[in-house]
Amino acid sequence: MIELWNSLPEVIRILLKIVVILAPLMGLVAYYTLAERKIIGYMQIRIGPNRVGPRGLLQPIADAVKLMFKEIILPTRADKTLFIIAPLLTLAPALAAWAVFPFDENLVLADINAGLLYILALTSLGVYGVIIAGWASNSKYALLGALRSGAQIVAYEIAMGFALVGVLVAAGSLNLGDIVRAQSGNVFTWFWLPLLPLFLIYFISGLAETNRAPFDVAEGESEIVAGFHVEYSGMTFAVFFLGEYANMILISALSATLFLGGWLSPLPAAWVEGVFPLDSGFHWLLLKTFFFMFLFLWFRATFPRYRYDQIMRLGWKVFIPITIVWILVVGLAVVYKLPPWWSA
Amino acid sequence: MLDNYLPILIFMIIGLLVGGGAMVAGFVLGERRPDHQKNSPYECGFEAFETARLKFDVRYYLVAILFIIFDLEIAFLFPWAVALDGLGMVGFLAMVIFLAILVVGFVYEWKKGALEWE
Repeated sequence: MIELWNSLPEVIRILLKIVVILAPLMGLVAYYTLAERKIIGYMQIRIGPNRVGPRGLLQPIADAVKLMFKEIILPTRADKTLFIIAPLLTLAPALAAWAVFPFDENLVLADINAGLLYILALTSLGVYGVIIAGWASNSKYALLGALRSGAQIVAYEIAMGFALVGVLVAAGSLNLGDIVRAQSGNVFTWFWLPLLPLFLIYFISGLAETNRAPFDVAEGESEIVAGFHVEYSGMTFAVFFLGEYANMILISALSATLFLGGWLSPLPAAWVEGVFPLDSGFHWLLLKTFFFMFLFLWFRATFPRYRYDQIMRLGWKVFIPITIVWILVVGLAVVYKLPPWWSA
Repeated sequence: MLDNYLPILIFMIIGLLVGGGAMVAGFVLGERRPDHQKNSPYECGFEAFETARLKFDVRYYLVAILFIIFDLEIAFLFPWAVALDGLGMVGFLAMVIFLAILVVGFVYEWKKGALEWE
């Protein structure tokens, strides 16, 4: 098998690796939508979808097939080229960001030194899809949604960027694998504790970046019907939808990696030694990611939508000052080698 | 070194193909019966009036401009953050001065009401 693998051309090997990452990811996206409907259903004392397949398990597949056979509407007044490009600009970065993501020690597709910079750049691209969609639709609701969403994403981008600077100061590297390794030790050496304000701000900004409740004014079903993608139907809408959920999974996985020690095990090594072979690895990353993915759904079921001025105030007047102060605190801690995090 | 970036390029292309492929499938499989009403902009059932290229609030521009400034600051902070461990106190104080100048601008725009949305 290994000989066969090595005999393949480089490009084919990379393609196969990408398929190994993307196929489970798309499956996760599909079943995340089902999980969302089921979990929010149970939180509202309903049972959620339960008709397609056993316990509704085939629902995402039915949805995909249905969307595929739906008519794609290209509005007469829309800018057709941009109208088609916009969903691609939302989905492609949300997928391509996984290229530098470390799934386990040494299990990463592209182990580049500028990993975090690359992810910041790609997640920033998402706003183009939203703005272009809103503009190209040539519809009032779409434009309003795109403006709201653009200003909101851009505002929280800054808070998110500052939070990432804090992580960089703490880890001293842009490489995601090195950031995880810098957290090794026990649960309390993970960055969530020394960077607690940044951790909270990063995840909340992630909610705002992905336009999720309680910051979903861009869609605001009850105010501006669906915001920037009101004119989209069928597969063009489905691509937006996939992009949004892929982004949510990406933010969850990044929160787990940057602040909760990625693939590191929360159990002290002495406990697990020889008991079971689950020391550290991919399964821990998966569990942590699922935890954040669940938070996305839980928040949606729990919090009422923020008003737009409240969203902007939270981003500009609360998050940005806190992050600037905390970067200085972390900087001092690193310069003075504050134990236990930076004693070495 | 650049070898490491080849998978990223391929991944981006694949990402575009996944989305493009899905939309092509939609165009091929879905039926298409366009008519004037269906293709007009959605306005809750009313006939669309006026153009959709509305005038919009100047504050959206303001946010975009402020974003450029702050995002640039973050770009400047990145190399400093990575190297801080080796720079020590001098490096830290240099960035304190840099951030202080940034904060002066931030306080100014705050007091001028550029961040007000009420």
